[in-house]
Amino acid sequence: MTAFKTLSVAMLKGFIRDKVTLFFTFLFPLMFLIIFGLILRDVGADKTRIAVVGDGPIVSALRDSGALELESYNDVDAAVQKVKDGDLPAALIIRGQQLDVRFAQSDQVKSATVLGIVNGFVDKANLAATGQPPKFTFAAEKVEDASLKPIQFLTPGILSWGVAVSAVFGSALTLVSWRRKQVLRRIRLAPVSAASVLSSRILVSTGVALVQGAIFIGIASLPVFGLRLSGSWWLAIPLLLLGTIAFFALGMLVGAFAKTEEAASAAANIVVLPMAFLSGTFFPVDQAPAWLQTVSKIFPLRHMNDGMLDVLVRGKGIEALAMPAAILVGFSLVVGFLASRVFKWEE
Amino acid sequence: MTEERSAVVVRDDRKSYGELKAVDGVSFTVAEGEFFGILGPNGAGKTTTLEIIEGLREPDSGEVRLFGESPWPRNVKLLPRIGVQLQATSFFDKLTAKEQLQTFGSLYGVSRATAADMLELVGLADKANEQENKLSGGQRQRLSIACALVHDPDIVFLDEPTAALDPQARRNLWDVLRAIQERGKTIVYTTHYLDEAEILCDRVAIMDNGKILALDPPAVLVRGLDAPTHVTLQKGVLSVVDASSLDGVDEAHENEVSLTISTRRPAPVLSALADRGALDGLQVRTATLEDVFLNLTGREYRA
Ligand SMILES: Nc1ncnc2c1ncn2[C@@H]1O[C@H](COP(=O)(O)OP(=O)(O)O)[C@@H](O)[C@H]1O
Ligand SMILES: [Mg+2]
Repeated sequence: MTAFKTLSVAMLKGFIRDKVTLFFTFLFPLMFLIIFGLILRDVGADKTRIAVVGDGPIVSALRDSGALELESYNDVDAAVQKVKDGDLPAALIIRGQQLDVRFAQSDQVKSATVLGIVNGFVDKANLAATGQPPKFTFAAEKVEDASLKPIQFLTPGILSWGVAVSAVFGSALTLVSWRRKQVLRRIRLAPVSAASVLSSRILVSTGVALVQGAIFIGIASLPVFGLRLSGSWWLAIPLLLLGTIAFFALGMLVGAFAKTEEAASAAANIVVLPMAFLSGTFFPVDQAPAWLQTVSKIFPLRHMNDGMLDVLVRGKGIEALAMPAAILVGFSLVVGFLASRVFKWEE
Repeated sequence: MTEERSAVVVRDDRKSYGELKAVDGVSFTVAEGEFFGILGPNGAGKTTTLEIIEGLREPDSGEVRLFGESPWPRNVKLLPRIGVQLQATSFFDKLTAKEQLQTFGSLYGVSRATAADMLELVGLADKANEQENKLSGGQRQRLSIACALVHDPDIVFLDEPTAALDPQARRNLWDVLRAIQERGKTIVYTTHYLDEAEILCDRVAIMDNGKILALDPPAVLVRGLDAPTHVTLQKGVLSVVDASSLDGVDEAHENEVSLTISTRRPAPVLSALADRGALDGLQVRTATLEDVFLNLTGREYRA
């Protein structure tokens, strides 16, 4: 067996047998994906519910349209009480031809929505009652807009973050532990090149990243979460590999300065956590203030995120990779060069 | 012994860390097949000396030859010929004993079968599938030595392989070290156990404060001391006066339990004692490297 192959196998075994690392590589990011995925599941899909007392053609038309969710009450007082309590934004009361809407003043946006919708249906019914053809026609069609369902931005974000965390920690902790336990010096005494040691460790990290990708996407695609991949999802693979290398290099830099595993772990957290929050891992950056968006552009994770989002769910083609790939490669080169300058074989 | 046949040649090596002279003008040669010990207390400069020869550190001045070549800067041609156990046991994370050996072996392009053979040699065959961190201190040391040997090197450097081991584990390890020498390897090893160096080594260099104070076979070092041999008998077997009158006795004295005779010619004394049937509770204690160290440095040896 070649040194490269056995070293890769040895490091893979070490990785698989380390429960703590496994937890932080797979379960920890997955917890975020699941928790946020469940909490935010109904955001955006949320329809306004109103109370309805009575029935008639307009109520049927409203129900069929699905524009509002209707909650039926037999008793006007009970329905109005719901509005007073702030549970529902409005109550629609039908007495024959007469439609009354009682709405809560506190929630003006929702009330206005309800009033507008009900009004539209009443007008339409009135027009139909006259038997005249409409003078103006109006058609509405849904467009997939830039604002995505939460799971659609959560998955690429948490995947990028998970890959970044495991690459940074993997390389920083391995480096520090090997230096402290003198494994590095021992390897140096063997006729192998530093390149084969380094590349076997990177191979393990990239393999881990691909497995992370498969698991996270697989789970997010379950019906409860409802991730829908675009046709160009496979473009995420080169992005995963480039991202792993970039964050591996960052880990080497962190590991060069840290004396103990604990210090390396703390330093890696200090580097990764703010980057994760500012790069759109947990919420889309477009919703952040403009200055924050500018700041976030200095983080490679932001660009990896953007690329992932574009190819995994926005359905953009290979051209969407150009910018993130260029930035990740550039980052890897600069940080990798710095790391090689401060690299030490021994304490 | 000509230098061409020597495995190691060190000539006036020096290495300082700031003001501290860790190695202060050390010279010696090690013959092929020799079991060479470097003995000294902590901080004597043993590790630094060893690592200069291994090519892990550059000496400030002086010359080092390993099989006729310079180990510094990293000499890839030499690497397959040397096996090293560093002072810290260096293992890969979470691998079993067998996997450690296979992995280290693969760094040298060695087949997997050799790994099993090595486990046998160091008596760890039954621990093959045990993870390294589950092994006892002595087992870890033996595994570490096996890792140093896995590529069948010509010379092995062992840095305090018996440190922090209990007496039984130390003795087990001595057997391993002897077995290695029987395979024709040159062994250079450091220790701070005087008794051990005396038993194992062909030659011992006694080191203190970065300097070699003496270098000889242990027996020669001890003999050179001209220290008396102490023969101890049970009290009452012989009177002090009778003991003092025996041929070869320098001095005799008695305490509550025993009679101690000092002599520089133990042979006639022992035969005289045997003639008188006065051998009850007989013990003979000759000078040891401890006495040599005391004599060389003027202070008690403390590891
Ligand atoms: N890298 C280093 N930097 C500074 N001092 C060192 C270094 N390595 C060893 N020393 C010092 O050099 C002296 C000799 O060390 P060492 O060779 O490890 O001794 P030994 O192995 O005999 O215990 C000690 O005083 C030690 O503190
Ligand atoms: Mg030492």
